[in-house]
Amino acid sequence: MKRIITAVVHNRSGVLNRVTGLLSKRQFNIESISVGRTETEGVSKMTFVVDVEDERKLEQFSKQLNKQIDVIKVSDITDKQIVARELAMIKVLTTPQQRGELQAIIEPFRATVIDVSKESMTVQITGNSDKVDAMIELLRPYGLKELARTGLTAFTRGQQLHQTEVKPYSILN
Amino acid sequence: MRASTEPKPAEDKQQTIKTGADLLVEALIEQKVETIFGYPGGAVLPIYDALYRADGSFDHVLPRHEQGGIHAAEGYARVSRKPGVVIGTSGPGATNLITGIADAMMDSLPLVIFTGQVAKNVIGTDAFQESDVMGITTPITKHNYQVQDLEELPRIVNEAFHIAATGRPGPVVVDIPKDISATVFERDVKNEFHLPGYQPTVRPNPLQINKLREALIGARKPVVLTGAGILHAGGTEALKSFVSNYDLPVTSTLLGLGAFPGDHHRFLGMAGMHGTYAANMALYECDLLINIGGRFDDRLTGNLQHFAPNARIAHIDIDPAEIGKNVPTEIPIVSDARKALDKLNELEPATLDHAEWVEKLESNKQNYPLWHNESEDVILPQYLLRKVHQFTDGEAVVTTDVGQHQMWAAQYYTFNRPDRWVTSGGLGTMGFGFPAAIGAQIADKDSTVVAIVGDGGFQMTMQEMSLLQERGLPVKIIIVNNQALGMVRQWQEKFYDKRYSHSIIDTQPDFVKMAEAYGLHGYKMENIQEIDRELGDILNNDKPAVIDCRVVQQENVYPMIAPGKGSHEMIGVSKP
Repeated sequence: MKRIITAVVHNRSGVLNRVTGLLSKRQFNIESISVGRTETEGVSKMTFVVDVEDERKLEQFSKQLNKQIDVIKVSDITDKQIVARELAMIKVLTTPQQRGELQAIIEPFRATVIDVSKESMTVQITGNSDKVDAMIELLRPYGLKELARTGLTAFTRGQQLHQTEVKPYSILN
Repeated sequence: MRASTEPKPAEDKQQTIKTGADLLVEALIEQKVETIFGYPGGAVLPIYDALYRADGSFDHVLPRHEQGGIHAAEGYARVSRKPGVVIGTSGPGATNLITGIADAMMDSLPLVIFTGQVAKNVIGTDAFQESDVMGITTPITKHNYQVQDLEELPRIVNEAFHIAATGRPGPVVVDIPKDISATVFERDVKNEFHLPGYQPTVRPNPLQINKLREALIGARKPVVLTGAGILHAGGTEALKSFVSNYDLPVTSTLLGLGAFPGDHHRFLGMAGMHGTYAANMALYECDLLINIGGRFDDRLTGNLQHFAPNARIAHIDIDPAEIGKNVPTEIPIVSDARKALDKLNELEPATLDHAEWVEKLESNKQNYPLWHNESEDVILPQYLLRKVHQFTDGEAVVTTDVGQHQMWAAQYYTFNRPDRWVTSGGLGTMGFGFPAAIGAQIADKDSTVVAIVGDGGFQMTMQEMSLLQERGLPVKIIIVNNQALGMVRQWQEKFYDKRYSHSIIDTQPDFVKMAEAYGLHGYKMENIQEIDRELGDILNNDKPAVIDCRVVQQENVYPMIAPGKGSHEMIGVSKP
């Protein structure tokens, strides 16, 4: 099952290495990981998308992360109401004649063209991963020359409405 | 006349100038460090210079190989329950410490290891004696630091000791670039620490404590499993009260031996791969298993599918990540073992309805005790270990390497007191036992310390005999010499159709002469008459000794849970 986990970490040198080393040592599958600074100085936030077998593996994932001295807080936000975004840049092969056609494809996704050359153009899209996947599939037939994704970053919405299936997770029993 | 008026201030100044290394030494004094296990080298020259100037502040133990030093620090930590302090230089000095760091990590021993590093401006250039200590030690430490700025050194030292010794203990590495320890520094620096991501839970959740008590009262077949967490927490007295409050049967992990008296009538012996039949069957058949401070290691559980299949599992551990890691747990209690036991002991004692169970365990104990062959002349290793127990009244500190001799020591040297048993359990390190005994003897000068080692393992770290010679430490080294890597040989016999691939080592040094070369007394014993006649005197005098005991090579450790089998599928339970 796919889960979205966030970790607030002390921004000390080597913290990313600690976390990724730990996850590979314990054989966890990371689909994506994104890291960046937060509103607090010296504190960064990591967002992981992981594929875990079951609840117990998931619990281990959170616990092992929590055990790191530089990790301040771990949350599984999969079942919460969240805003989650990733950014992708896609360089598509295109003839000058096809540019209009591509423009029409990407427009409903609110993607933008950020670079054009003789035989390609580069599109930037922001959104949740499903949306990004969908647009990539539509562009694929034209020929993808290059593709780069940032991985998902996410946090919970300011207001949690209609929470029916929120699973609180705590290491304190 | 002029000379007497002038130079005084300069002299004062000379004394107040401090380097980073002086700050380190001050921090160590503040931590009340008494003993340092260290080996000098290029990148730690400034630190050694500061130690020279602070002469008398510490007992500095100089091993003959860094690995010996760190294993000694582990033995020291295990017996004294204080952090062992280690210093090594950069590059090979640091990499020689790796086995000990990994060993301490697996067995939760508090160590603070200072490694020298090349100067900051050449880090990353493959400089002479540079190694990526942070990269190498990150997966095998509780935490590690590289000091980037002199001002943070005292804080880091403080944090390192705090992290190493609190919560679940473990090794912490502090990597200090040479320019930082050499920098002259005049201001005072703050050393308070800031660890928002490290707040171990030490007090149990009362709801879970109540749940455990309810489970206890409803249990018909309860059993307690003791782990080393009880020893780290100093919880042996609390455990005794808890066990007697409910009249519970007790078994132990390898590392938990001594947490509960081995001669207690409710003690079933050690459980696990070479545990007793009574202990393993108790784990298999119980309906409530209370694990206190153990981590359900695979050598304990055997095949997890057959582990305690009908039991509700309660697990008290200070490390939440251990709970539910290997065995699904119904009653998780994140807590210091002693604090959890104290809480449990505050509740009204109860009489359990478990007479039938206790009787069954008792009959298992009577009908399937540990057994071994008998001999009139040649030395059987089990006999040797029983004699060691007898001659030391079961009071000695016993250290071992890994393998057959370790299992025989665990089986036959009955531990009645805590902190007497120093063994490499998790990592299973050959060459651990002898240097660990040196550290144990330094921590506990009055006790008899016996290093039970194999002939294979001893040859990995035997150069530390120099330390016995130098310090007159009365460590007794008993070489359980079967001229083989015994456990490897046993597995090859059982599971590889007797293809003894590189496990028989019949070329050996003359250990007696080797001992004499180091100025120690060496003895060779080849029959039980010599053991009976001489071993007692040797163990009870105040001189170091190397005792080469030639034992029967073909002896195997029994009983045994074969790899992949469940704890109810033991072989070699009774004498054939």
